[in-house]
Amino acid sequence: MTTVEAPPTLAVSDLVKHFPVRGGGGKVVVQAVSGVSFQIGAGRTLGLVGESGSGKSTVGRCVLQLLEPTAGTVEFEGKNLVGLSNRELRPYRKRIQIVFQDPYASLDPRMTVRAIIAEPLIVHRIKGDREERVRDLLALVGLNPEHGNRYPHEFSGGQRQRIGIARAIALEPAMIVLDEPVSALDVSIQAGVVNLLEDLQDRLGLAYLFIAHDLSVVRHISDEIAVMYLGKIVEYGEAEKVYEHPQHPYTQALLSAVPVPEPSLERGRSRIMLQGDPPSPVDPPSGCRFRTRCWLAQDICAQEEPELKDRGAGTEVACHFAGTKPAGFDAKPS
Amino acid sequence: MADTSLANLLQSSESADTRPALGERVLEIRDLNVTFKTEDGPVYAVRGFDLDLDAGEVLGIVGESGSGKSVTMLAVLGLLPRTAQITGSVKFRGEELIGRKPKELQAIRGEKIAMIFQDPLTALNPVIRVGKQITEALRAHHTDLDQREAMGRAVELLDSVGIPRPEVRVMQYPHEFSGGMRQRAMIAMMLANDPQVIVADEPTTALDVTIQSQILELLKSVQERTRTAVAFITHDLGVIAHVADRVQVMYAGRAAELSSADVLFHRSRHPYTRGLLASLPSLTGRTGRLLPIVGAPPSMLNPPPGCAFHPRCPNAQGKCAGEQPPFDPIDGDPKHRIACYFPVSADGPQT
Repeated sequence: MTTVEAPPTLAVSDLVKHFPVRGGGGKVVVQAVSGVSFQIGAGRTLGLVGESGSGKSTVGRCVLQLLEPTAGTVEFEGKNLVGLSNRELRPYRKRIQIVFQDPYASLDPRMTVRAIIAEPLIVHRIKGDREERVRDLLALVGLNPEHGNRYPHEFSGGQRQRIGIARAIALEPAMIVLDEPVSALDVSIQAGVVNLLEDLQDRLGLAYLFIAHDLSVVRHISDEIAVMYLGKIVEYGEAEKVYEHPQHPYTQALLSAVPVPEPSLERGRSRIMLQGDPPSPVDPPSGCRFRTRCWLAQDICAQEEPELKDRGAGTEVACHFAGTKPAGFDAKPS
Repeated sequence: MADTSLANLLQSSESADTRPALGERVLEIRDLNVTFKTEDGPVYAVRGFDLDLDAGEVLGIVGESGSGKSVTMLAVLGLLPRTAQITGSVKFRGEELIGRKPKELQAIRGEKIAMIFQDPLTALNPVIRVGKQITEALRAHHTDLDQREAMGRAVELLDSVGIPRPEVRVMQYPHEFSGGMRQRAMIAMMLANDPQVIVADEPTTALDVTIQSQILELLKSVQERTRTAVAFITHDLGVIAHVADRVQVMYAGRAAELSSADVLFHRSRHPYTRGLLASLPSLTGRTGRLLPIVGAPPSMLNPPPGCAFHPRCPNAQGKCAGEQPPFDPIDGDPKHRIACYFPVSADGPQT
């Protein structure tokens, strides 16, 4: 399907997003995203991970042009979307959809499920039997096609998220931004929604930008991973490699912090305990932004920003001392 | 403070002033039922629930939304709204708490039984300095303490939970604290009166994973130092594996399974517990297709008859819809109990 020359579904280059805020002594800028680049091919999933304030959701909103990037390009199937007018964006809006975290807040409680799913079809003036299309979509996401005349409150959280997914795929998009799509769901329900997303990807060849903080879910669903810290990608590569052999000290710390559901492993595990909190994105540290919490930091880290590049382990890492492991540390508990 | 019933309570609970010995039963819940009156009808949130908590142990309470785990603990603390009908018994070191007057409960709550919540930003008062909030907690139970002594103690407490420059921090407001620091401040406040039981309700759920691991370490070190009994409510089985000695699994307001943490993760017998463990994606290896539990947790307006899990259970048979299975020991292990007629085999596939 994709030839070597065909552009990836999404190519983001040097994306920057600053938010001006009114601060004490004048104009202050929150540097939410500071030069982020990545690509996603058709049928592929990029997991974007990072903690609150890392800028991962802002990246998702810039991709959708819900926020206008301060700088950089967002190329969708080879076409740069940055700077396009709303009218010019319209055909692309059809092709890139979003699923939000909260299935309670993202569905209008006064609309029937049929109306919710048909709305994008109406907005984009899609011809054909809408009734029929809605029934097909409901069946596709594993809901009863007869339930189109019900209201969101009649569904459980997992079912509501399926309704949100049905709405997202109604216009046959090429790509979906999934912003914490399973975080609000109970564990036993989460797995079913993850399976659905995987099935839809297989059937429809969708590209996913999967934004989440749950590192186990991200590992499960992603082909590639980008780890963000304070507005920058610190590690980027194949999911398997990043999880098995994390090169950046932040990735190592992040993975070691996740509690695993297995008491003997969990208790015997050596953890990298990061000190303190991430610094403010208003005034990020010079050089490497992670250096203020990093146990490897040297003078060079404050002076020179490490470039995100392959440093020999097959993933791209932004660290002068990439691959150094703290004593006794094994990313994969065994 | 001339309230006679309060004075009586304090007198009668002389034993409660001394710290319980390790292994002493500090909390005993029997046949607890909590029902909320709502417009749509009664919501049966907790239905005949028993629980024991001993000094020195960390008991994990796991369950999904609506399983009754938080409501149970709020009932223990007397923090449920008036619309809640509560029956059954909750004993703190032998003393009955259900039916007590609010004022009598206040003497216990915060001092003998303390709680930390998921969201420290809503649990802290945004317009009162953090130090003042801690001194209020202290002076509520120690009226003889003057403000200066109390403030000195607040600084010590913040220092003990790893807050840098505590003498500056006591003068700040909650919004000046990060999420992790706020949770540390909450823990300091909880520790203010050296409680005998700590109820931790999803204390790390709102935190980022690197901050969560700091807070879990802090709670663990506090617990190991004081040997306080902890009831730790969470939906995260990884957190359970990290902190809990014993685990109580709840489903639809009832006990589903109770065992040591090791048994729960390796030889659980209840189909619901097994389903939960099987539905988790793995951090440490590529997993195949995930195995969700079919269906969704029931509405507690009309919970299913018999075993509430039967509509979702792969092992369910006719009997399960008829009668609630008793919560009985299994495998000859008095510490391992399940409520199930058709348990999963002990050596069947785990996660």
